[in-house]
Amino acid sequence: MKAKVHVFLKPGVLDVQGKAVEQALHGLGWSGVEGVRVGKTIEFDLAAADRAAAEAEVKAMCDKLLANTVIESYRVELA
Amino acid sequence: MKAAVIVFPGSNCDRDCKVAVERSTGAQVEMVWHGDTALPEGLDLIVLPGGFSYGDYLRCGAMAALSPVMTEVKAAAERGVATVGICNGFQVLCEAGLLPGALLQNERLKYVCKPVALEVTNAQTRFTSGYGGRREVVMTVGNGEGNYFADEAALERLEGEGQVVFRYRDNPNGSARDIAGIVNARGNVLGMMPHPDRAFEPELGSADGAILFQSALASA
Repeated sequence: MKAKVHVFLKPGVLDVQGKAVEQALHGLGWSGVEGVRVGKTIEFDLAAADRAAAEAEVKAMCDKLLANTVIESYRVELA
Repeated sequence: MKAAVIVFPGSNCDRDCKVAVERSTGAQVEMVWHGDTALPEGLDLIVLPGGFSYGDYLRCGAMAALSPVMTEVKAAAERGVATVGICNGFQVLCEAGLLPGALLQNERLKYVCKPVALEVTNAQTRFTSGYGGRREVVMTVGNGEGNYFADEAALERLEGEGQVVFRYRDNPNGSARDIAGIVNARGNVLGMMPHPDRAFEPELGSADGAILFQSALASA
């Protein structure tokens, strides 16, 4: 199974990279852009019995390592 | 008196910490590799140094927090051994769950490296008792991700319990409530972004960091 984990700073936590990218886009003329957030994607193959087992495992990985839930939230895609 | 400095791959203030603790306190200091599964016997102080452990991969301090030796550091901290995380060491302590909150990228995106004036917010801790009536000390910061963050409830708890130990006079990185250093509820684990290890002799511009190491070991 292929897993993709998307990690972003939580809403309300200042994303300074996002702010900088937003200002750069404004500078290029895209004045309608707002709310830019820069996150990261972590993808990997996972040997798992079924989808439910994979979901539980990836969630545990996120909580233990892939995301710091004090400041970040994550979203998991399985395919 | 005996201290240990934990060395992670990418630590770069480990030697500074060793020399700083030795010269300020006369304690014997051992370097402990992150892959070790035991700490030296009879430690009075553990220092997690600054640097870029594991190249700051994933998040600052995240990989180091899972190093084999951290199981032992956690156990020692729970036994009450004085533990100080400086800069990257502070990030590691937060990632390891030994201190609340996290360190974000600096508000103005810049790496900040300069001496800063700090308010000694709590002079009753085992790390700050040596400052006596002094309310202000000077140490150097050097960080790109030193912007302390915790949710409002956690910040209120830190303030209410006297766990905020140092505050910036002129906040260099956007830290919540100007926080530069905090202790855990028990008071034996300190995390701070400014470097006492870069302020232990007058020749370095300040000797205020020496008092911190002396206090930590005096109470051991």
